[in-house]
Amino acid sequence: MIPSGFDYHAPRSVGDAIKLLGEYAGDAKLLAGGHSLLPMMKLRFAAPAHLIDLNRIDSLRGIREEGGTIVIGAMTVEAELIRSTLLQQKVPLLPEAAKQIADPQVRNRGTIGGDIAHGDPGNDHPALSMAIDAEFVLEGPNGTRTVQADGFFQGTYMTDMAEDEVMVAIRVPAFLPGTGYAYQKLKRKTGDWATAGAAVVLRLEGGNVSHVRIALTNLAPTALRAHDAEAALLGKPLTEAAIADAAQRAMAVCDPAEDLRGDTEYKTAMAGQMVQRSLRLALSRCK
Amino acid sequence: MGKQIVSVNINGKKVEKAVEPRTLLIHFLREDCQLTGAHIGCETSHCGACTVDLDGASVKSCTHLAVQCDGSELLTVEGLAKGPLLHAVQEGFYREHGLQCGFCTPGMLMRSYRFLQENPNPTEEEVRAGISGNLCRCTGYQNIVKAVLYAAAKLQQTEKVAA
Repeated sequence: MIPSGFDYHAPRSVGDAIKLLGEYAGDAKLLAGGHSLLPMMKLRFAAPAHLIDLNRIDSLRGIREEGGTIVIGAMTVEAELIRSTLLQQKVPLLPEAAKQIADPQVRNRGTIGGDIAHGDPGNDHPALSMAIDAEFVLEGPNGTRTVQADGFFQGTYMTDMAEDEVMVAIRVPAFLPGTGYAYQKLKRKTGDWATAGAAVVLRLEGGNVSHVRIALTNLAPTALRAHDAEAALLGKPLTEAAIADAAQRAMAVCDPAEDLRGDTEYKTAMAGQMVQRSLRLALSRCK
Repeated sequence: MGKQIVSVNINGKKVEKAVEPRTLLIHFLREDCQLTGAHIGCETSHCGACTVDLDGASVKSCTHLAVQCDGSELLTVEGLAKGPLLHAVQEGFYREHGLQCGFCTPGMLMRSYRFLQENPNPTEEEVRAGISGNLCRCTGYQNIVKAVLYAAAKLQQTEKVAA
């Protein structure tokens, strides 16, 4: 319950936050919503000497549209994703899935950027961001760079983000009209991390699959994109046989950790089930 | 690791104190401000017994630093009643037997207080989802749901009378 002592900094700009990261290189952690970092500090899994609080940097919050792209500030809280009418219209998978993350209080503090940057395979946004073809805008001492969600997650708690970088925004192409989507998450109870989860984004053209993304939560050391399952579906009608085949291909890439949520066999089987349910629900939403 | 000055408005009163950055908001409230209604039921941010209202949102004060609250508005269970007059959620929990040991109650009340502003006319299902960040060992939640629905009705009644 009691974290180690640390110095607290509350910069007002991203530039100042980056400067502080440079000044305390290796000893500092960015504090966003604090609902993963503080729990780790309270158990002394983490004991940074400096916390750099991003909560007073207004430019990191908010959701806006730029051309066909929806830009979400990294410090936007989960509750705001759920409330956003812009997201409900343009990227409806995000508000729907955010309701399945944690609980109301946690969603008032936890941010989309923090959920992604944490790099926990149990978190939901990593797979979601791959399914929606998101890209992340990272700012460091040498300027900004933009990286794809697919490829960002390198290991458990490890991402492509450097120690002196701040994630400033998540950029998502608006869904084209008629896009189907779903996030099926198997969990022991409300507020728990997934035993297995599958995010799907789907489009049909002339009855055949013209676009499909399948991404998996908590089924490997990182969130996974099931490329093989996607490739097998492209250009064909989404029949029950095709759905079953895609589920098998998605299960083949799973490498879950055995824990109190179940053994590898159970989790892999549930991955297949979640993929099937998500594909069916996404199909029913395609227009 | 020196102390920092925090200036907050708690239950309508300005409070200014020096705190260590690592001081959790729940400890600040309970130990520095002697507001011991908010409770601690876990160290993994699950139980919600420490829930308070911070700048218009329910937060678990065990997962927030006191130093982050500089300039904030806080409401705790001690600030719910207006003099001897209970808030509708307090009355609802009392009328509907929504508490037994009372340990989760301050957190449940603070969450219900905010939830009914987010959703003034909720269904039973919405109430259950709305309080899913708050655990209770005693009641089995059934009477808490009734209590929140009682409070919802009472608040709407009061609004009608006021209008």
